[in-house]
Amino acid sequence: MARKNRDEKATDKDYPPLSLHVPEPKTRPGDKPDFSHIKISPVGAVAKPELGVTAQDIKGLAFEMVRVMDEDGKPQGEWALELDEEILRKALRAMMRIRAFDKRMMRAQRQGKTSFYMQALGEEAIAVGQQLVLQKGDMNFPTYRQQGLLFAQDFPLMDMMVQIYSNEKDNLGGRQLPVLYSFKEAGHFTISGNLATQYIQAVGWAMASAIKGDNKIATGWIGDGSTAENDFHSGMVFAGVYRAPVILNLVNNQWAISSFQGIAGGEASTFASRGLGYGIPSLRVDGNDFLAVYAASQWAAERARRNLGPTFIEWVTYRASAHSTSDDPSKYRPADDWEHWPLGDPIERLKQHMILRGLWSEERHIQAEAEYEDEMRVTADKAESFGTLHDQKNKRSPAEMFENVFAEIPPHLRRQRQEMGV
Amino acid sequence: MDGASDVKMNSKTKSMSMIESIRDAHDVMMERDDNVIVFGEDAGFFGGVFRCTEGLQQKYGKHRAFDAPISESGIVGAAVGMAAYGLKPCVEIQFADYMYPAYDQIVSEAARLRHRSNGEFTCPLVVRMPVGGGIFGGQTHSQSVEALFTHVVGVKTVMPSNPYDAKGLLIAAIEDPDPVIFLEPKRIYNGPFDGHYERPVVPWSKHDKGMVPEGYYSIPLGKAAIAREGREVTILAYGTMVHVALTAAEETGIDAEVIDLRTLVPLDLEAIEASVKKTGRCVIVHEATRTSGFGAELSALVQESCFYHLEAPVLRVTGYDTPYPHAQEWDYFPGPARVGEALKKIMET
Repeated sequence: MARKNRDEKATDKDYPPLSLHVPEPKTRPGDKPDFSHIKISPVGAVAKPELGVTAQDIKGLAFEMVRVMDEDGKPQGEWALELDEEILRKALRAMMRIRAFDKRMMRAQRQGKTSFYMQALGEEAIAVGQQLVLQKGDMNFPTYRQQGLLFAQDFPLMDMMVQIYSNEKDNLGGRQLPVLYSFKEAGHFTISGNLATQYIQAVGWAMASAIKGDNKIATGWIGDGSTAENDFHSGMVFAGVYRAPVILNLVNNQWAISSFQGIAGGEASTFASRGLGYGIPSLRVDGNDFLAVYAASQWAAERARRNLGPTFIEWVTYRASAHSTSDDPSKYRPADDWEHWPLGDPIERLKQHMILRGLWSEERHIQAEAEYEDEMRVTADKAESFGTLHDQKNKRSPAEMFENVFAEIPPHLRRQRQEMGV
Repeated sequence: MDGASDVKMNSKTKSMSMIESIRDAHDVMMERDDNVIVFGEDAGFFGGVFRCTEGLQQKYGKHRAFDAPISESGIVGAAVGMAAYGLKPCVEIQFADYMYPAYDQIVSEAARLRHRSNGEFTCPLVVRMPVGGGIFGGQTHSQSVEALFTHVVGVKTVMPSNPYDAKGLLIAAIEDPDPVIFLEPKRIYNGPFDGHYERPVVPWSKHDKGMVPEGYYSIPLGKAAIAREGREVTILAYGTMVHVALTAAEETGIDAEVIDLRTLVPLDLEAIEASVKKTGRCVIVHEATRTSGFGAELSALVQESCFYHLEAPVLRVTGYDTPYPHAQEWDYFPGPARVGEALKKIMET
């Protein structure tokens, strides 16, 4: 039937009917986890280039994977740095506290104390490692899973929790969804909640720093799924064209809510390789290897600060938790997927390295876990004493919503506020 | 309310087209404030396809006036980041018809930074774009997009009708602490246009609003101007349509008061109210399509605030709800004949 309708002149060969390719993850619920499609380079195998390289010079690095720690936690290869004990302790503490914080806030959401929460489980090393190479005055343009940028600075947890509860102490006055923080002093740009829009803004901020002859740099953050947005392209074009002093991070945690990274184009090539077309030196890095994260971030920050331009980094990791409290991954992927993730757990791996260096022990680790759990409980209790989303102690005035729409309230908004009777 | 009263005169005047006065506003502000920068497609070395930024790169350097890739979302997105840093970007979108890729950056980002961060981050940004038809630009170089911005919370929307206002309003827009959408009616870049397309073009040098003060002055956003005083009917217009409305009043001999809104958000409702309460009749004129156009908002506001003074239903004269045609440009354009008919009709009611 179909053949009859074809233009006979155009078909001098017998072409088979066309069919559409719709990418499908290897495994679904009930299947045995399989990560054989994740290309992993041997530990220490990837060379560390000079800072002034071009994208072309190091194109292989967009397909390989920078890895530093071997199975025993021992650093290998050119990317291995002899990190100060202080940095390692800071990093482990930050990563462990994120996990404890997330656990506490998940519980709070389940108890109805807030509307929504998002964890960073399994991805903690990335934001923490990057923040530790940044300086005061630099600006991060994060997505919703980079709480590590704050934890690595020992940012007050109370300020984060009261935002999550939207209570009277919330610095955003109850305007924003939980975890869409804004902390200018900590170099944390106001998180939009729209995806990819902030990637190009990070580039613009970095361009401004260069225009003013400043020495600050910016970091942009995006997920594997959002690279499909046009603003990813805008950000890459502007960063490449103007050689903006920016680190362009792409956290490939394999999942965009329920869509696997293949739906965003991850089947055909690595995400890191996209940077090559824009002329941006691009790395693919084991995001669960803290030593690799730190070394790659430091390399990129150094390039930006020396006016050598942007660096694009794909961090390969795995979103161990649900996308958010509104998501149920057991509906679309094997329940035990993370346990089989070949790059392991970033906290376990850093712990192992520190034990190897004689800086840490299993006992200390267990103690620290208990300590942080306790800290979160005490801090959450204190935060909740100022109210929770549906149980406000001192209800905010509804008049506040009219503030900060503009610097000065215009006549039509003043009239609407009056109509409200406040 | 009248233009002259809000100008801080400090120099002699010079005859300028609207292109020249817009360029001059950039020049004045770039001279006064190092944080003011300009970029857009072809806006650097060449000075823009309409030449509004000509000479700025040569005078202020490539880092303050430069060409941008053909990426409207990139232009506005980068400008949002720059504004958050502390610069005052004044960016050009080549035609308003190309604005749509940047819309997300304007609506979800520029307009919201201040509110969502509770004042921590702000976005003092100007996005300029030529609007309107009358130049045989077809459907992709003729659109009037003002209602797409007036509906957005957190941005101000401005549309000048002459060189004098354009300069003063653009300076105010650049100085404003919040994002401003600055819409430039391209048909009147080089001269006022009364809608009689068959007649020779009149240059701004023949018009009193083409006399523009040199140096710095500003016209506050949110203040309308009375383009013509009258007693019988109020015409609310902005941009090119101010000139069409004036012509319609002259040609019909109806004593219309023409209010040039100049800023759509925030709107000078006081000026509208005062005029409509005086005349008891109101005709709204815009070039943009009718349904959900800014005229609908104006009509509702007039009805809400002046109902007991109205002697006739409010009328709208607008572009039709079709894409802007090419060959039928003058059938589409709401010229003085259509405005005149509305004036006669409302006077008969």
